[in-house]
Amino acid sequence: MTEELVITCIICPMGCRIRVLKKNGEVIAVKGYSCPRGREYAVQEATKPLRVLMTVIPCINGDLPVVSVKTNKPIPRDKLLEASKYLASVSVKAPVEIGDVIVENILGLGADIVATRPCRRVKN
Amino acid sequence: MIYDSVIIGGGPAGLAAAVKLAEKGYEPVIIESRDRLGGIPLQCIHPGFGLHLFREDLTGPEYIYRFIDRVEELGVKYVLEAYVEEIVNYSMISKKVRITSPRGVEVVEGKTLIYAAGARERTRYEIGLPGPNAAGIYTAGEAQTMMDMYGVMPGKRVLILGSGDVGLIMARRFVLEGAEVVGVVEILSYPSGLVRNIVQCLEDYGIPLYLQHTVKEIRARNGRVSEAVITRVDENFKPIPGSEFTVDIDALILAVGLRPRVKLLKELGVRIDPNSHGPVVNDWLETMDAPGVFVAGNALMINDYADYASMQGYWAAESAIEYIENKGLPSTRWRRVVPGENTRLVVPQYLSGLRDAWLYLRVSTPLENARLVIPGLGREIPLIHALPSLQLRLMLRREEILRAGEEVVVEAVKD
Repeated sequence: MTEELVITCIICPMGCRIRVLKKNGEVIAVKGYSCPRGREYAVQEATKPLRVLMTVIPCINGDLPVVSVKTNKPIPRDKLLEASKYLASVSVKAPVEIGDVIVENILGLGADIVATRPCRRVKN
Repeated sequence: MIYDSVIIGGGPAGLAAAVKLAEKGYEPVIIESRDRLGGIPLQCIHPGFGLHLFREDLTGPEYIYRFIDRVEELGVKYVLEAYVEEIVNYSMISKKVRITSPRGVEVVEGKTLIYAAGARERTRYEIGLPGPNAAGIYTAGEAQTMMDMYGVMPGKRVLILGSGDVGLIMARRFVLEGAEVVGVVEILSYPSGLVRNIVQCLEDYGIPLYLQHTVKEIRARNGRVSEAVITRVDENFKPIPGSEFTVDIDALILAVGLRPRVKLLKELGVRIDPNSHGPVVNDWLETMDAPGVFVAGNALMINDYADYASMQGYWAAESAIEYIENKGLPSTRWRRVVPGENTRLVVPQYLSGLRDAWLYLRVSTPLENARLVIPGLGREIPLIHALPSLQLRLMLRREEILRAGEEVVVEAVKD
């Protein structure tokens, strides 16, 4: 079974439309790229697109009601919504510092959820 | 107490300026309107910050805390929740700033002033969006403050008008928080945001982008926005009859551009450049009309990257130091920078020929295989793929600038 994917390259502002031809899940041809980095990006996107997830979670007794978090490495794109949904039930107690691990190995994807903004403790 | 510099605004530009001054042994004070330092990056929880300045990919809060932590280490003074009522250019070496804060009304005095008050978002009234004055209409930045600072959802079924980067980023945030984004509507034939954001904020989540469309009308039910009428437009941005369709929404997010916040500068008698919408400055980032008043960041021009705003903060701080040491900057024969063909804006607007200077500019229309040309200096740079949404930057050497006549024309020429 062959399929063709059209990937918009984001490596530079040119935004090349790169066509990746796959047969039984294997990349067999790449067309329309202007540089090696573009080709590499298109193949990655066509086989296993990865993204960093970022969101906010409640911070109890914090100086702000929420603290911002991210995955410390990219996760598969098709897991973004699932991971975000999982984080909807997670909260943390102040104080929080940048880099604090909030969730280890989220959904077994090998990435931790870490804080990206401090949240100071205020008296309640 | 007379500070070396009064810095208005504690965001990327103002904090960078404060750090530079304090590191060189000068004493600045920061006047900040919010209840904490940091400015807009505090609420920009996505990555993409710091690539130019730190060679690292950071989120907005991680980026800005590098500066906040340094400001605290250096013991820089700051006033929070402070509203600037007036700036008085009292003398060459005295700038008086009248502020209101929880401490009361006071006058803060500096030998120089660095204005880094950022930008404001354009509103529905500036784009002539008709309809009732209903709840549920927010600018993209307001939605970002609500969601990512305070954890409040502005709506559950959202339409985004304008394809600026903040709008695109908020489209993704809404989806990740469980809301539905019915689409992004852009009047131009190309998006105003970066390609990266089109791909990673819209295409990743299957959010439709309606180019050459606009919102013709909004309707409300029980005081809250309930429907938007979307229409296709022709090349003169006029609605095409019969192309309308209606979407059910409970929030409309406006991402229709930013403007430098210049009201206080205008009141000071500073000229505003109709192209950049910011003040007219020289290559010390000093306003041409108020000596010792420097401008940096989005108050100067709308920047693509917080990194650039911070770099302008460093630049303004170095200029302020030179000003303090010499009780003014040297007088010179100015060379005026003029945007030519296909060029929307160029900052700074005047070059002294006494120093190297960065030029920041934007083209006015998408261009393929063009060249950026400065005929007076004999400079030429290829522009393979230029878009108005992409800020360009180039360094001019002093020796080059000295070659120029009274005017330095900068233009983008198609081959």
